[in-house]
Amino acid sequence: MVAISPTVEAAVADIPDGATILVGGFGTAGQPVELLEALVRGGASGLTIVNNNAGNGEVGLAALIAAGRVRKIICSFPRQHDSHHFDAAYRAGAIELELVPQGNLAERIRAAGAGIGAFFTPTGYGTPLAEGKEVREIDGRHYVLELPIRADFALIKAHVADEAGNLTYRKTARNFGPVMATAATTTIAQVSQVVPRGGIDPENVVTPGIFVDRVVVPATATEPHHEEDQ
Amino acid sequence: MSTLPAVPADPAVPAVPAAPAVPASSGSGPLGRDALAAVVARDIPIGAYVNLGIGQPTLVSNHLPPDSGVTLHTENGMLGMGPEATGDEVDPDLINAGKIPVTELPGASYFHHADSFAMMRGGHLDICVLGAYQVSQAGDLANWHTGAPDAIPAVGGAMDLATGARDTFVMMNLLTREGESKLVERCRYPLTGVACVSRVYTDLAVFLIEPDGVVVRETFGISFEDLCDLVPIPLRLAEGARPGSA
Repeated sequence: MVAISPTVEAAVADIPDGATILVGGFGTAGQPVELLEALVRGGASGLTIVNNNAGNGEVGLAALIAAGRVRKIICSFPRQHDSHHFDAAYRAGAIELELVPQGNLAERIRAAGAGIGAFFTPTGYGTPLAEGKEVREIDGRHYVLELPIRADFALIKAHVADEAGNLTYRKTARNFGPVMATAATTTIAQVSQVVPRGGIDPENVVTPGIFVDRVVVPATATEPHHEEDQ
Repeated sequence: MSTLPAVPADPAVPAVPAAPAVPASSGSGPLGRDALAAVVARDIPIGAYVNLGIGQPTLVSNHLPPDSGVTLHTENGMLGMGPEATGDEVDPDLINAGKIPVTELPGASYFHHADSFAMMRGGHLDICVLGAYQVSQAGDLANWHTGAPDAIPAVGGAMDLATGARDTFVMMNLLTREGESKLVERCRYPLTGVACVSRVYTDLAVFLIEPDGVVVRETFGISFEDLCDLVPIPLRLAEGARPGSA
C-alpha cells in the first residue's frame, strides 16, 4: 500500500543513522535532489550511499557528502569535473569508496530486487575490480561472482505517480530508478505529479506500485510537460 | 573474433555504401581526429547498433551518413540517440553517457540501467568504440585507471562495454607524448578487459587484432617498415593493405 507523503521531510523522516540507501540518478538526471536535501536537513549520518556517481556541484548527493553524512559510497564513476565535495572527502580519508563497473552495479541491484543470491558476470574478469572474487569458467568463458546490493531505503525520482504507486519516468532520467525501486525495504519516489488511480494507462506503467512505498511531490516540483507520458 | 561482415580492403567498396570519401587514404600524413573518425565510421556496417565512448569516439557520429541505419546506444538508457542538443532542445532529463544534453531520433527508446547493460553483456550491441591508454597484442584493453596512487579511480561502463560488445574498437593516437607506442606486448596499466579489442584505429595505422597476431590494414603517412620500428610487437601487413607512403 503506497502512502502519499505530505512533504519531502516527512518522506525521509524515519531514515536512521547508518542506513544503506539506493539513490537514483545518472549525474543530475533522475537524481532525487529534493529528497536528498530533506535528508541533509534531517540529520541522518553514517550513511552508505549507492549511486552511479558521487555528487555533482552543490546540490542533492553532493550536499549530503559535503555535510559529512556519508560514510561509504558504492558507485561506478565518482570522479567528475564537478565532484569536488566527494574528491575532498575521499582525499581526506573521510569517505570509503567501493568502485563497481556500471553494469555490475545495476545487475547487483537488480539481483537483490529479484531474489537472486549471486550471479556470474564476464564484466571485470582479469581486472583489479575482480580481485579476491570467485571466478568460474563456463563454456570457455571466464565469469566473476558478484553479490546482490540490497538496501534499507531507495530514493528515486520518477515523473508521474498514481495513487496505486505506479510510476512513469522521463527520458534518460529513468536510469537506475526502476531497478532501485525493487531492491529496498522502503522505496520513496519523488514525482512531478500524483494522479488518481486509472490516471496512468496500465500499458505505460514502468514501475508497478508493488515496488513503491511512498510518493511525494516536492514543493518545488514543476508541472510535467509531456502529457502523453501519463 | 569478429562477428561482423569482413571489411573490404579496397576503399572503393566501403562497408557503408554511402559513406563519405575518406580523406585518410591519401597517404599524405598522420590522420587528424576527424579524419580518423571518418575511417571508423566507414567500417561500421549498415544497421549496426553502436556505442561511442566519451571523447574522441563521439566524433564518429559526425561521419555516419543519414542512410546508414546505424542506431546509437548510450549506456545511461537510450537507443536512437541524436546529435547534441542546442538552444531550446536542451532538456536536463535527456543526456548522454558524458552527461551532455542530446536529442532523440524517430524510433528512439528509453530503458533502465539493467536492460541497458544486458544489451551489452548479452551480445546485442554490435560495436563499441572506446579510447585507450594502452592495448596489448592480445587485445587486452587498459583505459580506466593510470594506477597512479593519488588518482581517484572511476570506471563507469568501460568494463561492461569492452567485454560485452560483440566488437570493441579502440581509437587513439598510436604514440604517447613521449613517443612511446600505446600498442604494447603487455599493458602496464590496470586492465579494463582481457582479449576484448578487435581493432585499433590510430593516427598512423589501423591494426587488426587477430588470433595469430596483429595485422596492419592500412597506414597513414608512414611506411610499414617505419611503423614496425615504432611498435614493439611483431606486425604483419595485411594482404592488399594500403601503406600510406611506402
